[in-house]
Amino acid sequence: MSAVWVVVLVVGAATVSLKATGPVLLGDRRLPESVSGAVALLAPVLLAALVVTQTVGGDNALVLDARLAGVGAAAAAIAVRAPLAVVVVLAAATTALARALI
Amino acid sequence: MGSWAPLVMSATTFAGSAQFAVTSILGASASTAAAIAAAVLLNARYAPISISVAPLFRGPRLRRLVESQLIVDESWALASRGDGRFDRRILLGAGLLLYAAWVGGTAVGVLAGDALGDPKDLGLDGAFPALFLALLVPQLRAPRAAVAALAGGGIALALTPITPAGAPIVAAAAACLIGLRRPA
Repeated sequence: MSAVWVVVLVVGAATVSLKATGPVLLGDRRLPESVSGAVALLAPVLLAALVVTQTVGGDNALVLDARLAGVGAAAAAIAVRAPLAVVVVLAAATTALARALI
Repeated sequence: MGSWAPLVMSATTFAGSAQFAVTSILGASASTAAAIAAAVLLNARYAPISISVAPLFRGPRLRRLVESQLIVDESWALASRGDGRFDRRILLGAGLLLYAAWVGGTAVGVLAGDALGDPKDLGLDGAFPALFLALLVPQLRAPRAAVAALAGGGIALALTPITPAGAPIVAAAAACLIGLRRPA
């Protein structure tokens, strides 16, 4: 088996297991009250981390590039309560424009 | 990578960042171990992400296993209602749409990749953080959520320059422990 297939199969199996962690191990079992408070905060915490890593993330590096302009435009659109689709399209257009200009 | 490996990978891994990482590492150095380590680290965030939506999955284990594969950053983010709860129909519906588009898109890429050009020219890499930001902002009304998000974002920002991609998100998840204290 080639190296590529080893990687594809191992990573595939690992990802399937990671995504199944909560649903298979916990399912609809109710979590203790003290823990559920922490789990409820996973959404804002992970969303904030995703915003940061996808805006300035690199491998062992902080990368400041056109994405920053796109997210800046998105923040302005969010501030004036633009619809979600407008925010996303504006961000893509601004990122593309900034990349073309830089 | 040939034609079938990318398709099988999109069907089983279904998480863009890990797939891109594998492609670039295999292309640059052909180190199998490095490619696997990077991809698993990038996808480790799905452990906390899947725990956050665990109550939505019911029925036999096999069904929960299959349905859980539709969890991906975007379907999860869209399904988030903001009070720690999630919408099952949005999670699975958006997940299914994204899955079809992802595997279909991979097939198009395999067949006509060279003709498509670079998706970065369209600014798509700026669209995803914008989506996550738009879904985050309404969740910040509760002071505890705002503090936790600030802590999580801060951890991610501090670790980004010194750790491999993927690690900052996993470490940031620890910020949710603020919620262990019962609300007053």
